[in-house]
Amino acid sequence: MADIINEMNLNFLSRSYNESFARATVAAFVSQLDPTIDELSDIKTAISEAVTNSIVHAYKNGIGMIYISSKLYSNGRTIIKIRDKGCGIENVNQAMEPLFTTGGSERSGLGFAVMQSFMDKIKVVSKPGKGTTVTLEKYIIRRSVGNGR
Amino acid sequence: MAVRISSNDGVMTVFLEGDIDHHTAKEMRETIDLNVNKSNPNLLNIDFEKIQFMDSSGIGLIMGRYKLMNSIGGKIKIINIPNRLEKMIKLSGLIQLGIFE
Repeated sequence: MADIINEMNLNFLSRSYNESFARATVAAFVSQLDPTIDELSDIKTAISEAVTNSIVHAYKNGIGMIYISSKLYSNGRTIIKIRDKGCGIENVNQAMEPLFTTGGSERSGLGFAVMQSFMDKIKVVSKPGKGTTVTLEKYIIRRSVGNGR
Repeated sequence: MAVRISSNDGVMTVFLEGDIDHHTAKEMRETIDLNVNKSNPNLLNIDFEKIQFMDSSGIGLIMGRYKLMNSIGGKIKIINIPNRLEKMIKLSGLIQLGIFE
């Protein structure tokens, strides 16, 4: 069992400006695992998709809080949870189908497909009326053992 | 301003800069559509060379402009896609449209 080497929580309002704030902040936190540029870019993209979902769908009728928590493990395992208290998803399987969108013609419907393909694991738990938690996981390949602890 | 536009003889070229996400895509979309609707170009080039980061909002932006150009009987080309964006473009399936150069 790998040890937790660091942990953080980040809470912010569902303002669209915070899409870039959230991905940059999580990327800065994950950087201590010494990821490659590609690994970091994958994580930033997945965070951006999850946070955008909370802003566009979960809180479509207003503004609410988005809660991100992240844990880093000594073996490079990186867990990032993105949680909202928005409207929830009626049918998670349908929402996760590529190209399914309720967001109108400017939304590609690729959000979950991107999270699935850019991360190693994704779990979505949602309760209508209560909110949604997306858990993303990625292994950062350890190249320099002992660095950044 | 993250959008620069040059227009010449029915060809409009849009140079995008910075990150494309749901927040920034809105302004890019509005600026492009305003100019396209003003001058009805035959060809719209969108240059991605200076895009540092793009999530699936960039795919939505391309799809929407593809539809817009179709609706006025024009063509669209997406030019200078950097390597860092290729994973997203491939995942989107948009390559089938034949609009990438």
